[in-house]
Amino acid sequence: MPFWPDSASTTAGQVDALYIFMVLVSAIMTVLIFATLIFFAIKFRKRRGKEAEQIEGSTVLEITWSVIPFAVFLAFFVWGAVIYFQERTPPQDATEVYTVAKQWMWKFEHASGQREINELHVPVGRDVKLIMTSQDVIHSFYVPAFRIKQDVLPGRYTTFWFHATKPGTYHLFCAEYCGTQHSGMIGWIVVMEPRDYEAWMTGGGGNQPLAVTGQQLFSQFGCITCHRSDTQGRGPNLVGVYNKPVLLEDGRTVNADDNYIRESILDPGAKIVRGFKPIMPTFQGQITDEQLNALVAYVKSLTQSQAGQTPKAAGMGTATP
Amino acid sequence: MATAVVVDHGERENYLNAGYGLKSWLLTRDHKRIALLYLLSITFFFFVGGFFALLIRLELLTPAGDLVQSDTYNKLFTMHGMSMIFFFLIPGVPAVLGNFLIPIMIGAKDLAFPRLNLLSWYLFIVGGLFMVYTIMAGGVDTGWTFYTPLSTEFAKTNVVTAALGVFIAGFASILTGLNFIVTIHRMRAPGMTWNRLPLFVWSHYATSIIQVLGTPVVAITIVLVALERLFHLGVFNPALGGDPLLFQHLFWFYSHPAVYIMILPGMGIVSEIVCCFSRKRIFGYKAMALAVLGIAVIGFLVWAHHMFVAGISLYAALIFSLLTYFVAVPSAVKVFNWTATMYKGSITYQTPMLYAFGFIGLFTIGGLTGLFLGSLGIDVHVTDTYFVVAHFHYVMVGGMVVAYLGGMHFWWPKITGRMYPESWGKLAALIVFIGFNLTFFPQFILGYMGMPRRYHAYPPEFQILNILSTAGATILAVGYLLPMVYFLWSLRYGEIAPANPWNAAGLEWQVPSPPPTSNFDETPVVTWEAYNYDELGEIPTKQEVPVAH
Repeated sequence: MPFWPDSASTTAGQVDALYIFMVLVSAIMTVLIFATLIFFAIKFRKRRGKEAEQIEGSTVLEITWSVIPFAVFLAFFVWGAVIYFQERTPPQDATEVYTVAKQWMWKFEHASGQREINELHVPVGRDVKLIMTSQDVIHSFYVPAFRIKQDVLPGRYTTFWFHATKPGTYHLFCAEYCGTQHSGMIGWIVVMEPRDYEAWMTGGGGNQPLAVTGQQLFSQFGCITCHRSDTQGRGPNLVGVYNKPVLLEDGRTVNADDNYIRESILDPGAKIVRGFKPIMPTFQGQITDEQLNALVAYVKSLTQSQAGQTPKAAGMGTATP
Repeated sequence: MATAVVVDHGERENYLNAGYGLKSWLLTRDHKRIALLYLLSITFFFFVGGFFALLIRLELLTPAGDLVQSDTYNKLFTMHGMSMIFFFLIPGVPAVLGNFLIPIMIGAKDLAFPRLNLLSWYLFIVGGLFMVYTIMAGGVDTGWTFYTPLSTEFAKTNVVTAALGVFIAGFASILTGLNFIVTIHRMRAPGMTWNRLPLFVWSHYATSIIQVLGTPVVAITIVLVALERLFHLGVFNPALGGDPLLFQHLFWFYSHPAVYIMILPGMGIVSEIVCCFSRKRIFGYKAMALAVLGIAVIGFLVWAHHMFVAGISLYAALIFSLLTYFVAVPSAVKVFNWTATMYKGSITYQTPMLYAFGFIGLFTIGGLTGLFLGSLGIDVHVTDTYFVVAHFHYVMVGGMVVAYLGGMHFWWPKITGRMYPESWGKLAALIVFIGFNLTFFPQFILGYMGMPRRYHAYPPEFQILNILSTAGATILAVGYLLPMVYFLWSLRYGEIAPANPWNAAGLEWQVPSPPPTSNFDETPVVTWEAYNYDELGEIPTKQEVPVAH
C-alpha cells in the first residue's frame, strides 16, 4: 500500500488496528467540529437587524463534553496500554541476539556466535529478543515494519522483542539523534524462512557460540577463581542464578536479569549478595561490550543440569523454542 | 460603553512620542515600550529560526544529503529548535502582548515591578547574544533537547555557550512570570474582580505559574549539563556512575509544561478575538478560566510521555499515559466553548477572526494527534518520527503562531495607532493557512511510514511527501513575510486608528490608540462584567469607524 509501512510482525497488525480506530474517531471529531464552525460562521454571520444573543454557558454541556471525550480517551489509553504491555513482556523462550550500538553502526551477535553489522537475519515465525546496549550515546532501534522501537542506552541493557510474520527485507533505523551520521546509522532486518535461516546460520562456519566465548572469558578474567559451582567460592555460585530472585545484604530481593549480571561485572559494589563480602573487583574499562555480552550469555546458560559442562551451541541450549 | 473619540493624533502625548532617543527606550520602565523592545527581539529570532527551517526543507527535497554536510544539517535543526522555542515562542506572546496589555486590561498604570520588567528584557538580550555567538562560532548540534551523554561527552560543538544562552534567557521568563502574578493579584482596578478579568489575563496568570515553577528546573539541569561537560562530574554519564535518563526526567519536567507556556497565551488571545467578532460574551467563562488553570497544573504531571521508549519502567509508562489523557480534556473543552460562543453570534470575518478560526481548526488537529502520541502502543511506533514533528508544529505553529498573528492584527491599532490594510491581512492569513497545512500534514504520513526525525538523508520512498512539505514551507514563508511588509507600511501609511476600532470589550479599548504613558488619566472603576457585548452592540463597519486626521 502506498504511504503505509510494511507489516511484518504480530505487533504491526495490532498497532495498525488501534491507529485506524484513532484516525476514524479523530476524523469524525474533526469533521464535527469543522462542520459546526462553518455552519455557525455562515448561519450567524452579521445580518442587519439581527443581534447577538448573550449566552452565559451551560454546566450540563460542560460536563457532557468533558465526560464523553474522557471516556473515548480512556479507550485509547487502555487499548494502547494492552499493546504496550505485550511489547514490553518478551516471551520466555525467545531466541536471543545481543546488539551493540555505536556511532554509527549496529553490531549483532547471535548466540551461535554469528556476527553481523547493520544487517540482522532472523527466522520468520519465531520470537526473537534483542538484548541491546550502546558503546557511546543513546541510540534507538527502530523497525517500522514491526511498529516497534526501543532506545539503546550506554551502561545498561534494554530489550526489544518481536515475532516476524513475513519473510522480506525491512528497514532498520536509528531513531534517537546520535550525532553526525545519525541518518546513516541504518540497516536491514532480513526475515527468512526457517530453512533458509538454518542454511544461513551454518553457512557462516567456524563461529564459536557466544556462551562458549563467555566461558573462555570467565576463565581468562579470573571469574572462575571466586565463582565456583559449589559452596566454597568467595563469590556466589552462578549456576541457575539467571532470572531468579537474589537476596541482597541490605535486605532487598532483586531479580537476576541481564542488567543485574552486567551491573555485577561493571559495578560489583552496587548489589552485594547476602552472606558475601564486597571484595569483587570492577571490570569497568577493562572489558568491551561484546565481551560483556559473551559473559552474560555464559552465565545465563549455566542451568543446574549443565553444571560443569561446556555450554551447548545455539539452537540446543535453554534459549530455543 | 462609548466607542471612538475623534482625536488629533499628531499632537497628543502617547507612549511612543513621550521622549525620543535611544536612552528613553533602552532605559524605559514603560511596559508598553518594553513590549516593543521584545517585539523587535523576538521577531529577529523568528526570522533566524525561520531561515534555518528553510534550509532544512531545501535539503529535504532530495533523499541524499547533498545541500549541506551532515554536521551542518544537525546544527540547522538544533538551532532552528533553540531559536524558535527559547527565543521566540516562550517569551513570545507574554513578553509582547502580555506586557503591553495586561496592565491596561486590569486598569493599572504599569506592571508591579517595572524595572524588573526591563531587567527581563536585558536578560533575554544577553541570552540571545550567547545564542548569536553560538551561531557565529560554528553552531551547536545536540538537538534542542541536549540529550546526554551526547551533549556532555561526545558533541564537539558550542554546547556550553548555547546552554548559557538558554539558561540566562530562562531568567527573563521567570521574572516576567513573577511580575505578572504579582500584578494580577495586587494591581487590579476597583471593581475588576477575578470573575471580570479578561480570559487573556487568566491565560497569562496560568502561564506565569508554569514559568515560575518550571523554568528553574531546566535552569539547573542546563547548569549540570555544562558542569558535566566541563568537569566530567558523572551526573549523567554512566561510565562515571551517572544516569542518562536522569537528564531526560529533569529536562522534560520543565519542557513539557513549557509547551503550555507556549500555547496558553495564544488561547487567551483566541478568546478575546472570538468574543469580539461574534459580539458575544464567552460561552462558559468559569469553565474557560478553570481550564487554563487545569492545563497548567496537570501539565506538570505528564512529562515522561516523552520517554515511553527511553527505558523507563512499564508501570511508569502506564501512569504517564493515563495522566496525559487527563490533560487533554480541558483543551478539548476550550475548543467546544469557543465554538459555542459563535452560536447565535453576529459574526464578521476581519483578519483577527480568520486567524482565530485557523487556530481552532489547527489546534484541534494538533491536539487530536497528541492523543495518538499519548497512546502507548501507537507511540512506540511513531515517537522520534515525523509524526511527532508534525504534531508539535500543528500546535505550536498552527496554534501558537497563528494566535500570535491574530493578536498582533487585533491589537495593532492599539499599539501603533494605525490600522493594517485589511485585504492584505486576509490574503496573508489565507496563505499562512494553506502553506502551513501543505508543509505539515504530509509529515503525519511520513511519520507513520517510519521516517525518523532529525534525518539529514532518507530512503527514496519518502521523497514525494518531503517535496510537498517543502512546497508548503515556501508558501508559508510568503505568508509570514507579508505582514512584516504591510505592518511596516502601516506605520507610515496606515489608516489612523481610533481608540476602539473594533468596538471591543476590555479596558484597553477605553484608552486612546496609542495609549498615553500612564495608560489612564484616572484609575477606572469597573462596574461591568467581562465581554459586555450586550451593552456594546455591533462591530463598526468600515464607513462607521471615525477616522482622525
